[in-house]
Amino acid sequence: MELTRRDLLATFLGAPFAAAACRTRPPELPPGTLAGASHEVGHRLRQGPPPEPSRWESHEVVIVGGGIAGLAAAWRLAAAGVRDVVVFDLEAAPGGTSRSSNGHPWGAHYVIAPSPDDRVLTRLLGEMGVMEGEAIAEQFLCRDPQERLFHHGRWYEGLYLEAGASHEDLRQLRAFEGEIARWSAFRDGRGRRAFTIPTAMVSDDAEVTALDRLSMEEWLDARGFTSPRLRWYVDYACRDDYGSRLHNTSAWAGIFYFASREERPTVTWPEGNGRIVSHLSRSAPLRTGWLVADVSPTPDGADVIALRGDEAVGVRARRVIFAGPQFVASRVIRPWREQPPAHLREFEYGSWLVANLSLRERPVSHGFPLAWDNVLYDSPSLGYVVATHQRGIDRGPTVLTYYYALTESNARAERERLLSAGRDEWADVALTDLSRAHPDLRSLTTQVDIMRWGHAMIRPRPGFVWSPARVNASRPLGAIHFANTDLSAVALCEEALDHGVRAAEEVLAALEINAPSWRFGVR
Amino acid sequence: MNRTPILFLNVLVVAACGLVYELLAGTVASYVLGDSVTQFSLIIGLYLSALGAGAWLSRFVEHDLPARFVDVELCVALIGGLSAPLLFLGFARLEWFRLFLYLVVFVIGTLVGLELPILMRILKEQLDFKDLVARVLTFDYIGSLVAAVLFPMFLMPRLGVVRTSIVFGLLNAFVGLYGTWLLRPLLRGVGVLRIRAVIVVVILGIALLRADWLTTLSEDELYADDIVYTASSPYQRILVTKNAAGFQLFLNGNLQFSSADEYRYHEALVHPAMAFQAPRRVLILGGGDGLALREVLKYPSVEAVTLVDLDPKMTALSHTFKPLGELNRHALDDRRVQVVNEDAMIWIERVRETFDVAIVDFPDPSSFAVGKLFTTRFYRMLRARLTPDAAVAVQATSPLYAPRSYWCIVRTLEAAGLHVRAYQTTVPSFGVWGFALARLQPFEAPTRVAISTRFLDDATLASMFVFPRDMAPVPVEVNRLDNQMLVRYYEEEWRKWS
Repeated sequence: MELTRRDLLATFLGAPFAAAACRTRPPELPPGTLAGASHEVGHRLRQGPPPEPSRWESHEVVIVGGGIAGLAAAWRLAAAGVRDVVVFDLEAAPGGTSRSSNGHPWGAHYVIAPSPDDRVLTRLLGEMGVMEGEAIAEQFLCRDPQERLFHHGRWYEGLYLEAGASHEDLRQLRAFEGEIARWSAFRDGRGRRAFTIPTAMVSDDAEVTALDRLSMEEWLDARGFTSPRLRWYVDYACRDDYGSRLHNTSAWAGIFYFASREERPTVTWPEGNGRIVSHLSRSAPLRTGWLVADVSPTPDGADVIALRGDEAVGVRARRVIFAGPQFVASRVIRPWREQPPAHLREFEYGSWLVANLSLRERPVSHGFPLAWDNVLYDSPSLGYVVATHQRGIDRGPTVLTYYYALTESNARAERERLLSAGRDEWADVALTDLSRAHPDLRSLTTQVDIMRWGHAMIRPRPGFVWSPARVNASRPLGAIHFANTDLSAVALCEEALDHGVRAAEEVLAALEINAPSWRFGVR
Repeated sequence: MNRTPILFLNVLVVAACGLVYELLAGTVASYVLGDSVTQFSLIIGLYLSALGAGAWLSRFVEHDLPARFVDVELCVALIGGLSAPLLFLGFARLEWFRLFLYLVVFVIGTLVGLELPILMRILKEQLDFKDLVARVLTFDYIGSLVAAVLFPMFLMPRLGVVRTSIVFGLLNAFVGLYGTWLLRPLLRGVGVLRIRAVIVVVILGIALLRADWLTTLSEDELYADDIVYTASSPYQRILVTKNAAGFQLFLNGNLQFSSADEYRYHEALVHPAMAFQAPRRVLILGGGDGLALREVLKYPSVEAVTLVDLDPKMTALSHTFKPLGELNRHALDDRRVQVVNEDAMIWIERVRETFDVAIVDFPDPSSFAVGKLFTTRFYRMLRARLTPDAAVAVQATSPLYAPRSYWCIVRTLEAAGLHVRAYQTTVPSFGVWGFALARLQPFEAPTRVAISTRFLDDATLASMFVFPRDMAPVPVEVNRLDNQMLVRYYEEEWRKWS
């Protein structure tokens, strides 16, 4: 069925707005490309048993997936002297949802400065030349102005809408911040924090894990947080970090967003986390464009079958690190294909749309000037990030990276909704949405490239974060180890990094290679 | 012959003109007085009440209604049409500008208020009362709508304030002139009326032809002195004014220097940093006017100067505006000088040369784009471009008017690992102005001026490093890329003085 423009805009931006936008003739769209995780290739996994390989190789370790987790595992193994490693990635370029192209992010675009306990990220940033002694060098911290919010025709600094807030609004904001401060200060009997990054360090104390039984909405309700501005702010946080809303986000995750960073600054690069991908890729023996179709345990390791076009290659490995998301595991790991384990059904993923808008010149704004992160109060999108912000260039051409999370509870329906609109439709949505804040946007935009992420991020639904399904999913299956951010129930580059290093260290132990852990004191 | 349809068209034009004058008055008032909400609110209220006054006064017009209608049209045309230039001039010349503004608005409103009642009375012979009211009011409101839509979308962007005002005055005048034909059967003394109408059309026609001159006159009046040069670049509006004492350069409306006393500023900025060694390689950041460069080139030891200024229009100003070239003694044409038009933040990250002296003469940190050039990050990169004995001088806003901004710059230089001496002097155009002298090692303030100057001598040099009690250091945070404290301090402090 063909979607009319009005239907399209109503679906993605809301009916009243669509009606207003459709009063004018649909403007011509700038050119651009459509990209997306290769779901069509990926769907080959559903079509029966994999073909017989034409040749066999053997390697010490095979890593399935070249996102941050897989690359981090390769990085750790290389540092321990394990050289006989192969990393397979389905896409033409590594990085998963952290990747970038032409210097602009296509997904994750920052990390929070690591706490001293997070030795893995501290080490990585040190290697990348980002640290100056103990601290992050100034040029890698997100430049000020960092955030602004558009409301009723004007931009305001920050993401909490303070302009026009009542006494009661502000009282509730302070009370909310008090709750967050209490959780930030929390230490359990063993001295562990309630919330920190990576989550492998957090407390599993009953008082903390009880939060997971509530939705963020229920948690706010129970504390009398009724202020629309506060709820917008917290809802925005859930949409931004998890692609879900107050009602379908675990209160544990909702509070994690605020309490885990403890005012530590944001570290970012013009190309987003693409910078981390290129650093890690240096130590990864990558084979891109390969679909891993089968991983089966053998008495002395595991066999991997990878496909590229009509070519099939088999690899006998002593150890395999499965660094893809868990929804893929049930289609790739042979015993699970035949009998999927119950825990995998609990992993649910949100869909995201990312658009890179190339502009000739900065758009006009009223009020607070252009910031790094620019959010529209009345929009279902997440606004845009200015790719040139961190370069320090304040004039001339730029690229705006527009993010839109499809947040409804039915993940499968949201995925269909994402894929129902193509390049032109999504470009129109992005331009129409942002034009409400920048009337000159269309005339300045020379290109709109679209990326559709069908399984962008794991969703921390209420009850999932501390479910046995999630907690036990990291355990190895024979010689197969698991590493992916979804094992943490939250999609973060830092989590992927930690899982990659953890899985690599499990492999080192199994291979009886003596190497001191890079991680913190693991519980 | 039934001429009523055309008369209704007149209603539409008249209504549109009336609303345009009201919007023009609001716009001019917000321009010159600021606080647009208050200005528009007052002017709309006053204008509406004047419409009422006009309507009430219409009852005293008893005879020769058609002729009076034409007269009213011509009055509105003249006063409304010239209202924008009148208001600009009034702002510059009159002590009691507000009173003048409200008077003009009230007069226009009253005249417009007279129009419709008179017109309705003229038409009442030809139509039912209910039809008459319905049609007149309909066209009246349509006219207002047309004007309200045209004003922001077309008139202001395309014509500007002054031309819009005159064009609508002409429209009004044509309605009056046309009325002498339209209402001919009802008129006495057509000849005289027509002559009056033609005179008004001619006056407004001349005004339209001289609109550019009127616009400049209006802009002139916002500056104290005559405007002698203007240019716009993607980065800023460059404007030069002239008076008996000399000429003044404004960027985006902010005074950069006056030729009468700039030597005080530039001698104070340049010579302390040049006093430590015989500098060979010098860097100037900002300073596209070439005046700091003029001082630098006085030293025979100087072999090469790199001047980095964002705006090519600014570094070309010495050629496009000759008096500046004379004032800086054609410094930018000197063989030793290399001009780079680039954002200094990007440039300094790229280059690998080192310099014996760096003169940092950026505009005041009134935006984040300029604020980044005052951060620890920037100063660290600058430090890496210095030879071991080098000195840096930084223009650092006023320690008297903006103490937190000033000391923030000093502390930021220190946080970047430099040793700093604060100094200040008086430049009449600016008042008390502050600078910072910085080096890689601890140092004593310089004591000798080794070059010919108009202002600086050894005793004055020493006195600049003394800070009176009202300019003592205040506690401040360091300006970093990720907090941009300086822009926030600067905004708060200058708000008090403007």
